[in-house]
Amino acid sequence: MKRRKFDLAATPGKAAVGVDDRFQVATPLRRLLNKVFPDHWSFLLGEIALFSFIVLLLTGVFLTFFFEPAMTEVVYDGSYAPLQGTPMSAAYASSLDISFDVRGGLVMRQMHHWSALLFMAAIVVHMLRVFFTGAFRKPRETNWIIGSLLFWVGFLAGFTGYSLPDDGLSGTGLRIASAIMLSIPVIGSWLTSSIFGGEFPGTIIISRFFIAHVLLIPGLLVALISVHLGLVFKQKHTQWPGPGRTNGNVVGERMFPRYALKQGGFFMVVFGVIALMGGLFQINPIWLFGPYEAWVVSAASQPDWYVMFLDGSTRLMPAWEIPIPIGDGYVIPPLFWPTVVLPGILVGLSTMYPFLEARHLKDRKSHNLLQRPRDVPARTAVGAMAVSFYVVLTLSGANDVIADKFQISLNAMTWAGRIGLLVVPPLAYYITYRLCLGLQQHDREVLAHGVETGIIRRLPDGRFVEVHQPLSSANGHADGHGELEYVGWVVPKKMNRLGALGPAVRGFFYPIEKPVEAPVSPGHPPVEARPEREEIGSGESRR
Amino acid sequence: MTSDNDRRRGLLARLRERPAARSRGRRRLGAAVRLFAALMLAGGAYTVFAPGAQAQDNPPLTGAAAEGKALFDVSCVTCHGRNAQGVEGRGPSLIGVGAASVEFQVSSGRMPLARQEAQAHRKPPLFNDEQTRQLAQYIQELGGGPIVPEGDNLREDGNIASGGELFRINCSQCHAFGGGGGALSSGKFAPSLRPATDRQIYAAMLSGPQNMPVFGDNQLRPEQKADIIAYIQETLKHDQDPGGFNLGRYGPSTEGLAIFLVGIVALVFASLWIAGKS
Repeated sequence: MKRRKFDLAATPGKAAVGVDDRFQVATPLRRLLNKVFPDHWSFLLGEIALFSFIVLLLTGVFLTFFFEPAMTEVVYDGSYAPLQGTPMSAAYASSLDISFDVRGGLVMRQMHHWSALLFMAAIVVHMLRVFFTGAFRKPRETNWIIGSLLFWVGFLAGFTGYSLPDDGLSGTGLRIASAIMLSIPVIGSWLTSSIFGGEFPGTIIISRFFIAHVLLIPGLLVALISVHLGLVFKQKHTQWPGPGRTNGNVVGERMFPRYALKQGGFFMVVFGVIALMGGLFQINPIWLFGPYEAWVVSAASQPDWYVMFLDGSTRLMPAWEIPIPIGDGYVIPPLFWPTVVLPGILVGLSTMYPFLEARHLKDRKSHNLLQRPRDVPARTAVGAMAVSFYVVLTLSGANDVIADKFQISLNAMTWAGRIGLLVVPPLAYYITYRLCLGLQQHDREVLAHGVETGIIRRLPDGRFVEVHQPLSSANGHADGHGELEYVGWVVPKKMNRLGALGPAVRGFFYPIEKPVEAPVSPGHPPVEARPEREEIGSGESRR
Repeated sequence: MTSDNDRRRGLLARLRERPAARSRGRRRLGAAVRLFAALMLAGGAYTVFAPGAQAQDNPPLTGAAAEGKALFDVSCVTCHGRNAQGVEGRGPSLIGVGAASVEFQVSSGRMPLARQEAQAHRKPPLFNDEQTRQLAQYIQELGGGPIVPEGDNLREDGNIASGGELFRINCSQCHAFGGGGGALSSGKFAPSLRPATDRQIYAAMLSGPQNMPVFGDNQLRPEQKADIIAYIQETLKHDQDPGGFNLGRYGPSTEGLAIFLVGIVALVFASLWIAGKS
């Protein structure tokens, strides 16, 4: 019998041909795989959010296998001794079982919670990158809106999620949420009783939050994330200005193989960091909070960090009630302003910012090149103002913990927050604006006069001057070199950036770039390469 | 005035039997004598059982209490005044606070106070156990008040589960779910329960030091106090934290800090590294 010849090397090609014969995917797939992405570390921040969302889905599915979303009362008889014999809801009992009796349940719960925090943190950091570099400008306003909606939907996902275990902390949060809904004029009481199925806490809220948390909100998140990524593909990624990069091209790496491999590796890193945090750091010890009872409220009851700014705004709000003499009299409670009106304004301002800025600058052009934050001082300063506003509110949300641990009066913390909320953002605006202008000026100065070499020369008349290394050769200027145009990218400010200090050290965090040849100017002697470096050790071993 | 015949019949019979005929003067005299005897009896009993009016000036102190008074007159008298009746604007009267209060304040180092401020802080105690007992004895003999039961282990037979429930209802509002303490208004605070001994927790519940309410034996029965102490000492303090490093058990505020300081920082370095490998 004749053996069939099997050519291993041809197998993938044959298989691909087979697939293409049947589905005709080669042409569209080639376009996709050849797609070019610009490479910069700051473009990977959004991926952290994407990958932690994948971890959220994976760990969340595991948790649903064991979680019982019901408020029926049971008596706990699991393995956590300090709660044995305590009556509690089935939801809380099953959360305790996940933590103590399901193999690997606790690390899964903790990974789920940590990745939720990471998801929101990465969204914020990614949003700051997009904001400060002007990546939201036309044509990408839609993606900016989707991105900010992702924050608010993620906010809801987080809130419904940490309400599910029905422990003391989550019940306290639900009580506050019901109070916030009650504070809305006219519709408040209808809204609350329709969501809770009657008076707080009722018997249905956990089941409703469960279906919102595992189906409705994740579905919305998946849809928004898909559109978000689809638009990045369609509109192409922005890039930094630099050699060969224009508003009309994209310089970078092809999607396949290098970019895809890098992204795969980065997913592993994100997963690893979440797994490490889930295994090493305890998060939300629900067993210490006990089952939720309306009369149990612990000190230091705070929401997760991305909700904390609302807690802070509530703590800072003075107790101003607005009585309205209609009918039997009506009162708008002070809670309404910091928890309904303020987030409403924040949603509106954050989503509409691209249009506000374009309108202000009368800018109708499409922008595919990013801007350095220093080059747009007004926007950078507005961003610093927004960040400081949010930080003051978030710190005020934890002001009792800060007051206790740093031994400050809680009243002083509240007043510091109230005054800080009004004073710090304008101050941040002013300081940031001046910093931007200063950095700009220094860039222009280096382009005009060259890099400081650190070499001090004494002139015949006794003066001392520092030798500057110009960045361009002479073209007829009086001082022997020409002024360079600023192109919106990093200006070298140290001699070792110009190749003056010998071969560049292999980069660990920065791209390995060949040092640029030091430009030689006739007016100044060329800077000589540094001699071979000596090994640096302790003085002892030299002997 | 009694006849031989009467004397022979005995006292009881004489009292029971009304003399057939007595003069008006004798009856009056008899009533006066009986009244006088009753008054003498009541007064005598009072002087025997009730603390004498002269106790304020010259207390009949026991040995330990006398030692305690000597310590008091050196270390406490500045703020609490002579005979512990308090000094306006400096320290409260200690009459009636009881040995429990002294034991809590002195054994935890809060008294003597380092300075006048919103609330006393725990610090290394100035007096040893023996001296603390003497001070407590002095204050106890001075004005009475609650006393901590004998023994160092006050959580025997304590039920941790019911202790946990009582802790969450009565204590966690201020001392927080993990017993780490929390802020109160104007610089006052509920301290961490970590360094507290059984006797100190018991004494604090009985005496309600500083801003803490009093949990007398009517509010929390002694066995419920034992439950709470058992929960604090055996669950909150000896818990192994099954989830790993507990981040100080400050709730979500330190968790939020951790995700930025650990998670985001690590991943930004990772992205710098990955983007650098081109």
